[in-house]
Amino acid sequence: MIFTVMVNEGPYQHQSSDSALAFTRAALAEGHTIFRVFFYNDGVNNGTRLAVPPKDDRELQKEWSALAKEHDLDMVICIAAAQRRGLMDASEAERQGLDANNIIDGFHISGLGQLIEGSIQSDRTVVFGD
Amino acid sequence: MAMLHIVNKSPFERVAFESCLRYVKAGDSILMIEDASVGAIEGTKFADQLKAAMADTSVYVLGGDLAARGMSEDRMIEGIKSVDYAGFVELVADNEKTQSWV
Amino acid sequence: MATKKFMYVNRKAPYGTVYALEALEVVLIAAAFEQDISLAFIDDGVYQIAKGQNTDGIGMKNFSATYKALGDYDINKIFVEKESLDERGMTADDLMDLVWEDEDDDWAEKPSIKIVSRAEMADVLADQDVHYSF
Repeated sequence: MIFTVMVNEGPYQHQSSDSALAFTRAALAEGHTIFRVFFYNDGVNNGTRLAVPPKDDRELQKEWSALAKEHDLDMVICIAAAQRRGLMDASEAERQGLDANNIIDGFHISGLGQLIEGSIQSDRTVVFGD
Repeated sequence: MAMLHIVNKSPFERVAFESCLRYVKAGDSILMIEDASVGAIEGTKFADQLKAAMADTSVYVLGGDLAARGMSEDRMIEGIKSVDYAGFVELVADNEKTQSWV
Repeated sequence: MATKKFMYVNRKAPYGTVYALEALEVVLIAAAFEQDISLAFIDDGVYQIAKGQNTDGIGMKNFSATYKALGDYDINKIFVEKESLDERGMTADDLMDLVWEDEDDDWAEKPSIKIVSRAEMADVLADQDVHYSF
């Protein structure tokens, strides 16, 4: 079965990133296909590479990044939500005339249409939020 | 066209769980995750409402979330099933659609 | 592309959190995909379409006018739960006048808002393919 997962909360502040990550892993382990993971609202904060949690805590952004690499996942950060919250990839930072970018490997920035398309193409859409 | 209702709010703090119960139809399933997992406990002020809904719906709790909140499964309302994330995935697959009561 | 029934479930008041505004942004993008779109306003979500919103005192942009534009995008299935209005001391008169123009009926202006009972809303929600919750 084909799933699209939507993550609407940032890491650490809310459990939804942990829940979505565990769900996505389990879906893959059960042989399902993840068409796309779409990060919206504060969920875009799952895509920063500049987080440095304490050593004894989990590293959510890196775990998502590693999962994307391992399973070749399409993980999309909503551009409108990302711009509000200061999440930039290199090309977007350049376009905006900013001096830095902060997206971790495995995520890419794109439009909200990716969410709608994901839900059209998938058998199930599962929303994780607050 | 059965629906899986995913609830993640404690019924003692927010109205989301109560709202969900008013919308559940016969044959639907409810999965309690995150803070909603505490709703699975017997003898709370919320238990009767949930038990009423259980007459024609299946109710599940993500076991890891319940355990994390210090509640053991032997305190659960009878008839509630504890699942792991594989069970969560199975519930999503088995129901035609899901709604998250965020 | 296949057509699916998309339901946007709005249960939170505007301004206190960003969910109402960002939900609206998804709705507007979705309009371009020619899908079957409905919006539900339940619980505090009914405040999102309350008329007379004035944000002068909070320094935030008043985005309530955007709901009025939904009709221009052929988004005209807006369901409001009557019990949620009742619980908040509100009636249909407290809501914005959201309308659309029916091209099959000589562009007659028709109301987009349908006030439904909780039981009717449950039927509406059960009849969807995709539920986005905000």
